[in-house]
Amino acid sequence: MIRLEIPIAEPKIRELKVGDTVLLSGIVVTARDAGHKLMVEERPHFLDELLRGGVIYHCGPVVRKDGERWSFVAAGPTTSIREEPYQAKVIESYGVRGVIGKGGMGAATKEACRRFGAVYFHAVGGCGTSIARSVQEVVAVHKLEEFGTPEAFWVVRVADFPVIVTMDAHGASIHEQVREESKKVYERLLAG
Amino acid sequence: MSDRLVEQLHALIRSASTDLPADVEAALREAGRLEAPGGTAANTFAAILDNVRMARESGTPVCQDTGSLVFYVHHPTGMDTLAFRQAIEAAAERATKDILLRPNAVDPLSGRNTGTNVGEGAPYVSFKPWTKDEIRVELMLKGGGSENVGAQYKLPDSALGAGRDLQGVRKCVLDAVYKAQGMGCAPGVIGVGIGGDRATSYLLSKEQFFRRLGSANPDPKLDAFEKALHADLNQLGIGPMGFGGRTTALGVFVAAQARHPATYYVAVSYMCWACRRKQMTLKNGEATYDQA
Repeated sequence: MIRLEIPIAEPKIRELKVGDTVLLSGIVVTARDAGHKLMVEERPHFLDELLRGGVIYHCGPVVRKDGERWSFVAAGPTTSIREEPYQAKVIESYGVRGVIGKGGMGAATKEACRRFGAVYFHAVGGCGTSIARSVQEVVAVHKLEEFGTPEAFWVVRVADFPVIVTMDAHGASIHEQVREESKKVYERLLAG
Repeated sequence: MSDRLVEQLHALIRSASTDLPADVEAALREAGRLEAPGGTAANTFAAILDNVRMARESGTPVCQDTGSLVFYVHHPTGMDTLAFRQAIEAAAERATKDILLRPNAVDPLSGRNTGTNVGEGAPYVSFKPWTKDEIRVELMLKGGGSENVGAQYKLPDSALGAGRDLQGVRKCVLDAVYKAQGMGCAPGVIGVGIGGDRATSYLLSKEQFFRRLGSANPDPKLDAFEKALHADLNQLGIGPMGFGGRTTALGVFVAAQARHPATYYVAVSYMCWACRRKQMTLKNGEATYDQA
């Protein structure tokens, strides 16, 4: 088990290998479809500080508001591949070191991880309640009115958020490995 | 619209969102036992089961994607379905306020989230009259990530080498589950609809998710087909979340309906491991919730 504090320095990220189990602590920013589209098409600057060496989380949380205070009630990862058209550019232009999601990402993101020094962290999909307990505090929220709850940028402080490295900064991807192995079985079963 | 009915539907939504059916939880536990202790797959099943327990204990959603609400209402003829629909909408809105549901109804043109889970066509409600003097309400919460990996095939399909028979259907299901990899939150429950038209083939495939895991198909031929196909799917080795493992599907359910002579559709729907479905029966205004 590896413990990492966000922001993460490039050498630390490059030490990680696929299969590593990591506990993340620090500031994480949620972003999904509307957020990624905005980050690429309009390149806003309000996220610059948070994302330099930072971590993006593909998540549309269930939230609670008590007075002026927000908290996360359920907050597992959403499917990452929808951000594939945008992720490489976001990693490059914001200096992101980690992307948390589920299901893995494609060739462009893998190449951006290798080139710019970033990894893909896989959280366990569906674990809404347990992951929300890693979220200690909602620090801020951006674009809530415009995007709605699931799509807003939620800036949260996490402690010991459990993830597995499934794409590293050396070009390895567990998703590719599993796909290739399952492809052999799939082709054999189709022929049978 | 009766407040009592809204209350009963709200309780059904609460149960569906915050707890898994017993058969699904048992299947996940069994799948965890099949994996090498301490490995990624075993740890993933352990994390899943921990989360299910926590959600049940704290009364919070199992998954933050509380899905689209899909209701099937079997009712005596003459029931006021408009009033019933209004009660469902009121219950969905209240459950959203109570943070049992994430607001999941978005206007595709404006991009606005209605904030209530009520919108044009949402919740989905299908009314089915029957001869019994009771109302049976079935609810599933269908996640968006798993919905995205569903697929529909038009047979014959020369790329797959799939003809208009069960062997062809088998190839479609293998193809859909292989392509889904871990993206639908594997291990999933697979629903298959054979026949019908473009629209009804998907409907039939999704209706299969109301079946209990391990239940036999009433048609012996389809029952044997399901069992063989389930074993095949688990050979794919995709495993929990696509990390690799021995269980890729928790179950596969197949149903057939009449088709037009010119068409032969096969729809494959994918339900994530968080297979949230709950049922209740209403008789003389009293609700009985299915255990398990």
